[in-house]
Amino acid sequence: MSQKNRLQSGGRIDRSKPLTFTYNGKQFEGFAGDTLASALLANGVDIIGRSFKYSRPRGIVAAGAEEPNAVMQLGATEATQVPNVRATQQELFSGLVSGSTNGWPSVDNDIMGVLGKVGGKMMPPGFYYKTFMYPATMWETYEKVIRKAAGLGRSPNEYDPDTYDKVNQHADLVVVGAGPAGLIAALTAARGGARVIIADEQNEFGGSLLSSKESVDGKAAGAWVASVVKELEANENVIVLPRSTVNGYHDHNFLTIHQRLTDHIADRAPNGQVRQRYHRVRSKWVVLATGAHERPLVFGNNDVPGCMVANAVSTYINRFGVVPGNELVLMTTNDNAYRTAIDWHDAGRKVQAIVDTRKNPSGALVEAARERGITVMTGSAVIDVQGSKRVSGVSVAPISEDGSKVTGSVKKLSADTVASSGGWSPVIHLSCHTGSKPVWNEDVLGFLPGKTVQKQLTAGAINGTFNTAGALEEGKKAGLEALSKLGLSAVEVDVPATTEVKESKAMALFHVPHTKPTSQAPKQFVDYQNDVTAAGIELACREGFESIEHVKRYTAMGFGTDQGKLGNINGMAVAAKVLNQTIPQTGTTIFRPNYTPITFGAIAGRDCGALFDPERYSAMHKWHLENGAKFEDVGQWKRPWYFPKAGESMQEALNRECLATRESIGILDASTLGKIDIQGKDAREFLGRVYSNAWAKLPVGKCRYGLMLKEDGMVFDDGVTSCLAENHFLMTTTSGGAATVLNWLEFYHQTEWPELEVYFTSVTDHWATMTISGPNSRKLLEELIDGDVDVSKDSFKFMDWKPMSVAGVPARVFRISFTGELSFEINVQANYGLHVWEKLFEHGAKYDLTPYGTETMHILRAEKGFIIAGQDTDGSVHPYDLGMGWAVSMNKPFSFIGKRGMQREDCVRAERKQMVGIKTIDPNVVLPEGAQAVFDPTASIPMPMVGHISSSYWSACLGRSVALGFVKGGLDKMGEKVYYPLVDGRIVEAEICSPIFLDPKGERQNV
Amino acid sequence: MFYIYCPYCGEHREEEEFHNHGQAHIERPADPDSCTDEEWGNYMFFRKSPKGLHHEIWDHVAGCRKFFNVTRDTVTYEIKEVYKMGEQPKVVAE
Ligand SMILES: [Zn+2]
Repeated sequence: MSQKNRLQSGGRIDRSKPLTFTYNGKQFEGFAGDTLASALLANGVDIIGRSFKYSRPRGIVAAGAEEPNAVMQLGATEATQVPNVRATQQELFSGLVSGSTNGWPSVDNDIMGVLGKVGGKMMPPGFYYKTFMYPATMWETYEKVIRKAAGLGRSPNEYDPDTYDKVNQHADLVVVGAGPAGLIAALTAARGGARVIIADEQNEFGGSLLSSKESVDGKAAGAWVASVVKELEANENVIVLPRSTVNGYHDHNFLTIHQRLTDHIADRAPNGQVRQRYHRVRSKWVVLATGAHERPLVFGNNDVPGCMVANAVSTYINRFGVVPGNELVLMTTNDNAYRTAIDWHDAGRKVQAIVDTRKNPSGALVEAARERGITVMTGSAVIDVQGSKRVSGVSVAPISEDGSKVTGSVKKLSADTVASSGGWSPVIHLSCHTGSKPVWNEDVLGFLPGKTVQKQLTAGAINGTFNTAGALEEGKKAGLEALSKLGLSAVEVDVPATTEVKESKAMALFHVPHTKPTSQAPKQFVDYQNDVTAAGIELACREGFESIEHVKRYTAMGFGTDQGKLGNINGMAVAAKVLNQTIPQTGTTIFRPNYTPITFGAIAGRDCGALFDPERYSAMHKWHLENGAKFEDVGQWKRPWYFPKAGESMQEALNRECLATRESIGILDASTLGKIDIQGKDAREFLGRVYSNAWAKLPVGKCRYGLMLKEDGMVFDDGVTSCLAENHFLMTTTSGGAATVLNWLEFYHQTEWPELEVYFTSVTDHWATMTISGPNSRKLLEELIDGDVDVSKDSFKFMDWKPMSVAGVPARVFRISFTGELSFEINVQANYGLHVWEKLFEHGAKYDLTPYGTETMHILRAEKGFIIAGQDTDGSVHPYDLGMGWAVSMNKPFSFIGKRGMQREDCVRAERKQMVGIKTIDPNVVLPEGAQAVFDPTASIPMPMVGHISSSYWSACLGRSVALGFVKGGLDKMGEKVYYPLVDGRIVEAEICSPIFLDPKGERQNV
Repeated sequence: MFYIYCPYCGEHREEEEFHNHGQAHIERPADPDSCTDEEWGNYMFFRKSPKGLHHEIWDHVAGCRKFFNVTRDTVTYEIKEVYKMGEQPKVVAE
């Protein structure tokens, strides 16, 4: 297990701690302090994936978040699979298992390679749209093959065994990035007494200083970083977050930070530790010190493994002690990148040449390179490279001063590594997240953060200040400014001394010219991850996509998981050149959250499994569980659905429950019904405005059913409201609609009629409600009433309520019915609910008291034609459509909500869909809910549809199916035929009838 | 994720506690029955969607349950002012 590219000394790795890891099934060794990428490079692994479209072999090009190629699948077990991890950001640990994301069946022998090798003409931009979209029916097949071959990573098929946390934070200042600018900004603010959070995506603080040979404050940069971190950690007002990516900058200075606590330790978080933590931070001020990404140059075959970004090469050498090759050619437009050639040379390996695109570079670094005897070829460029699985050589040619064309003969050099630098792009991503548009700066040759309304400061390379001294100055300034904005006093902070290096002016070059036109030159990649080439962008522009936003969508540039961190600006430069305009004229670039991909685990936190959504239980839930209830979700409520006995099917249980109720007595837990206590001297007036019927004369002790409408006249809820006292009512709502109705009442009261004195209180949870229903229900109630209360037919009438004591507990008993049977709704304080419920069963045994759930409730009410708001209504039916004109009082003095709406032209036309009963000709056929109605089953398809079934059940009491449904003009079509063509090809014949199937005169409830 | 000042609670709270109720200052016609279909339709359905300053109703639904008005810039999402029901905005579009 040789690490052939590892240096004997140097770097921030620990050579005494070797770590074994697996990549694509093979074992390798690295050291503590490595990233997966540096360890792979140390071992001479060139190919880490295949490209998305052309399936070309790809290698590592960068050393950080901007890496487009080295996107890995991690995980030693199925449950711990993590897709989409950049090897450049994954710290190495012992036992790490990784694999290429792209490349099927393997990176070295790839099925897409065949397609890719056929050449660019086969797969121009828009290729997928143009080729695979037709015929449309084949798209699913194409998609599966393309996705599998292209490889976008895969999610695990097993539950994530790890735990994730979310934490809400408030801060005075969040500093994003712990390079020189961020560190000193945080230090300044912390010394001034601000509550600071400083976060950095890397395992160590220091940013650019981690891979630099610079000295700071007269000592190695690392020593200065350590002293600052020590002071920050000791300050109780500072939260120091390494391995924490500030992934999103949202409105009103809200930041999301993704902290990885154990991803660097093991595949699975050890000892029940939290694996990742998601910080949601509201900060008064923010300092963005996010640094810059170096831009590679665009040249022929620039994707062959061995082509890298210059600074990444330096990082591998200086931070990880890895020289990723033997013979280097450096191409640069600026002095800064000379450091890479110097680092390479000083590491003892061969620098073939520095190819500088400028005519007369003259800075101190240029001189330092020349002093080392490194060949510097000026006014030249690497126009393409040779090799397929690794660079084997380069073609160098002189270019014109403006970089637009090759001006002389091509020379070949041997090389296995090509480092390139086209300058630096400030990492402006976070500043874009809230919609601020970046602004091009000609001196920086990059986009800078634009105007923002956020409380945002910036410092260092994000401003185009690329030298350490400048970054430190700006960091201090930002820290002081934050203190001043926070109303805190300024403090003394010494900016440490650094060595100043004189640099000559950089050249604006993005796309290197070739001897051939771009369309015929070897592929020049702009966006590696999405395989977008300079020729592709030129083609898009020629096809008429002039807006950069259109170009991006057409070519998919910037749409990868790297969001085009390396490629976007080069792509804009290519488009600008074709369109013969400047980069700012071509447009701007915008980035969206998240900065780098985030796991679903971190987003979900603990809000999963049983904690995903609260569950609401009635006071009798325990009894339901003990008695074998099957449950149904109604909103957050767990309601008994039915109570099967041993060996019973669902239908058998329902038949038994229905018959028992109609023949003797059934009981329903109705506690989930929404209950709103309404008080105030204008309560009655208010009810008259929000219900469609009249409330002015409802006496104390009486209940009334009401329909609640929206302003458009359509039904949205219903329920019974009872008059408890002159200025006191109890409103009930549907179980699912309780919160909506309360909000509706508050809205009208607070915004339209604040002059009404009325108060609303939700009392849903305060009461346990049990409904006994059936011919024996009065007898059972009488047994349990304490004292002398007359509940006989004449003194406790239908739609009366009375306070009384039931089973020793104060109760409100309502004589209302949703089954059509003699029925009493007993309401007691929730704490007594189970007690009363059990007492009812104690006394009810002799009547075969039968518990039933929501399904039997639905059947019993459908037999009576009672609607369920939300099932038989869908926001498009008004009371008259439901045949419920009796619940509308058009003569009320106040124009109640919905009155005007239901008088609109469309609401009063004939032939509206109206609710009727539907009786199948074959009584054994139960129509599926949602079945569409037609009048003429022989009509050609598409048949004119005239309605649908909204409720449909088997009625054991009637020995046939019953259904409620909507039919055009149905109320005038009693006895006529209607047909339901079903998906299985059957056409069910049915007759339109009254929705009241059972006891049309309502005699059963009036006993 | 907005940070909203509730004029009744007198505190900034997270957006999760609030619910947006759309355009503010839409009054229910005093005499609906005399409205034409068009007038009623305008009241019910037509809302502004301005680029820039917008007056909206918000509800501190998971807090004090009070409705109030917010003047918000729909481009920058800045909240320019909050004011109680029945009050008029001080920040208005030119
Ligand atoms: Zn409030």
